[in-house]
Amino acid sequence: MSAPPPGLAARLVELGEELRAEGMSVGTSELLDAFAALEAVPWTEPDDFREALAATLAKSPEDRRIFDLVFDRFLFRAVELEAVTRDVREGHRYRGGERIDLDALSEAVREAIAEGRDGEMRDLARLAVVSFGRQGDGSGVVGVDVQRIRRNLGLQSQAGAQAGERNLDRTQIARFERHLRRELERLQIERTQKLPPARPLADLDRSLPTSPTQDLAAVHRAVAQLKRRLATVGQDQRGRRRRAVVDVRRTMRASLETGGVPLRLRYRPQRPRRPEIYVLCDVSTSVTSASVFFLSVLHALHDSFRKLRSFVFIERISEVTDVFERERDFRKVSERISREGGVADVSGYTDYGRVWREFAAEIAEDLGPRSTVIVLGDARTNGRDPHPEVFAEITRRAGRTFWLNPEPRLYWNYGDSVMAVYEEHCTAAFECWTTKHLEDFVNVVAGGRQAQGA
Amino acid sequence: MADPVTKPADVTEVKEALARVGYLADEPAALVSFLAQALGKPVLVEGPAGVGKTELAKALARATGRELVRLQCYEGLDESKALYEWNYRKQLLSIQARAVERGVAGDAGRDPAGAADEATAGIFTEEYLLTRPLLKAIASPDPVVLLIDEIDKTDQEFEAMLLEVLSDFQISIPELGVIESRTHPIVILTSNNSRELTEALKRRCLYLWLGYPSVEREMEIVRLHSPELDETLARKLVEVVNMVRSLDLKKPPSIAESIDWARALLLLGADDIDRDVFNRTMSIIVKHRTDLDLVAERVGMQLGGEPTRAEASG
Repeated sequence: MSAPPPGLAARLVELGEELRAEGMSVGTSELLDAFAALEAVPWTEPDDFREALAATLAKSPEDRRIFDLVFDRFLFRAVELEAVTRDVREGHRYRGGERIDLDALSEAVREAIAEGRDGEMRDLARLAVVSFGRQGDGSGVVGVDVQRIRRNLGLQSQAGAQAGERNLDRTQIARFERHLRRELERLQIERTQKLPPARPLADLDRSLPTSPTQDLAAVHRAVAQLKRRLATVGQDQRGRRRRAVVDVRRTMRASLETGGVPLRLRYRPQRPRRPEIYVLCDVSTSVTSASVFFLSVLHALHDSFRKLRSFVFIERISEVTDVFERERDFRKVSERISREGGVADVSGYTDYGRVWREFAAEIAEDLGPRSTVIVLGDARTNGRDPHPEVFAEITRRAGRTFWLNPEPRLYWNYGDSVMAVYEEHCTAAFECWTTKHLEDFVNVVAGGRQAQGA
Repeated sequence: MADPVTKPADVTEVKEALARVGYLADEPAALVSFLAQALGKPVLVEGPAGVGKTELAKALARATGRELVRLQCYEGLDESKALYEWNYRKQLLSIQARAVERGVAGDAGRDPAGAADEATAGIFTEEYLLTRPLLKAIASPDPVVLLIDEIDKTDQEFEAMLLEVLSDFQISIPELGVIESRTHPIVILTSNNSRELTEALKRRCLYLWLGYPSVEREMEIVRLHSPELDETLARKLVEVVNMVRSLDLKKPPSIAESIDWARALLLLGADDIDRDVFNRTMSIIVKHRTDLDLVAERVGMQLGGEPTRAEASG
């Protein structure tokens, strides 16, 4: 086992800084551990090297994901920078790009992706880039070219696949796309003789989807993660020691140990609060995906609530509780809601006033002090009467009323937004445009700690 | 069996040692186990339930020939159950015994403070100390493997208390002073990730994420535990389990459940997993009513064979 070469330390610190920039907490002690680990494992083995760093630097699955991305990007840039400064070139790349048969290539790529052979994918990505280049329609923008090449090769996830073809899923294709992107970037660097500026990682699952066309798989992943974390919310508050209500029976039993003298008091455990929840979600085009996302999260958690009824509205209101009870798949749920909701009458514009009146007529009887009403909407009335008095009546009957606005607070009350009129009747109003906002909020509703800054 | 004190030379050695005691570690798991011994740092293992987190600690103990000291965490676990406790009864008895002795001697008229001092003298010694797992692991003359299982079940105060043990391998007992470890234990902490652990704890640990294994590796594991199982059947079994895992279930099947299923199939004498066999035995891998419906619908359909009577009539 050889000691790490000089100069590695500086590079590691650079890597640590890049990781920090992406929001991982990499402290000096982690870096010291990483150095110690590299002395124990052979740093010449790529896998061991990476795993040793990951074990000491990345301390959660999310961190590990970021680490892998940053690590790859860091190595790639470091190698290319070295190549540029020392003026190393590949010389002639593949000749004879025009002789490559596109169909055969496509088939080979498909196979390599399905088998998950990484090295082969890389080679094929280079071939694909060359064969694509001969057509002379490179746009110069890497992202656009990647998509063009992918379409040229006829790579599509599910739906488009014909019978007999191998079915590839999105993540597998994404891996091939990464290779393509890397090859294109390498070409570009060789052409321009300088590195493009480093960009931060895309903030994919940290912000809410703004349109249904966005990658639903990413949303689903975020929901699954939320679900797991929220399922245990408030657990830490349900211990026996948090609230001092003496449990006489258990105290007496415990006193037997000390000869009948109650030396130690036993306390009654705190029961979790299980609220009744009524959710009203605006599903007009401006906020639809945030609403469906929010509803999915709530329904994934239905065990923590005594009762959960959900409604969607645009011009009219419609109950969708049973849709969520039958479907678990996020994608299917959003399809069914848009198909069967039947909430848009004529114009497709939200009519808050009418929605309140319908909700009050149908549900107001059931509302009580244990009920929580949650409204998710942008409070944009499109110039119609907001009927705040009906809304006030609803909030008066319900125990708590929360309003979630998918617009940043800055935009509230501009234009036709009448947020202020409703906000005064609510227990609290939150802005809600990232998964983090949502998580904090669901935390509050499910009886956990108060969200920070709420 | 390896000498418990010597450190392994490289990763392959650890991997082979683990394989010899029946634990097939993947590359990251072997590497982190190796680092844990080479650097003497605790390891935090996270992952879904039933992927072999606890088993890794047990295997490490077997592979290194060390004793396994296990601390099972639960809500409300405190120092007296994890670190040490004074044996009150014994102390009380001893004080009473001395009082009786003095009563016999019959010297009255001494000052009460002096009497109290005399009475408590010598009762805060190791003789009256009940060792709990953490103290046992630290004070053990032979090196041990300390397993702190499901650390996420405890509260943050307990985590904070662990910090002294994990970074300095010592325990301070106010009445006795600091007890330092005589040998360096291998420490494994496991967590089901149901709660974020504190930064301070994570900082002191190496991190290992154990996920569900690949098809190939799970096949090896299943065949290791039930060698009589036919290879093609084992492959099919693992593929079906993977299919089940890919659904959005409340509780996806773990490796242990794959092994149970393999054993059940052996007992039933099944030579293929068709729809009928699957429907009869799937309760071994799926343990939630709503999950059962979903799995029967999505996976049962894809397996060949006649539908069972229950399905046909329902």
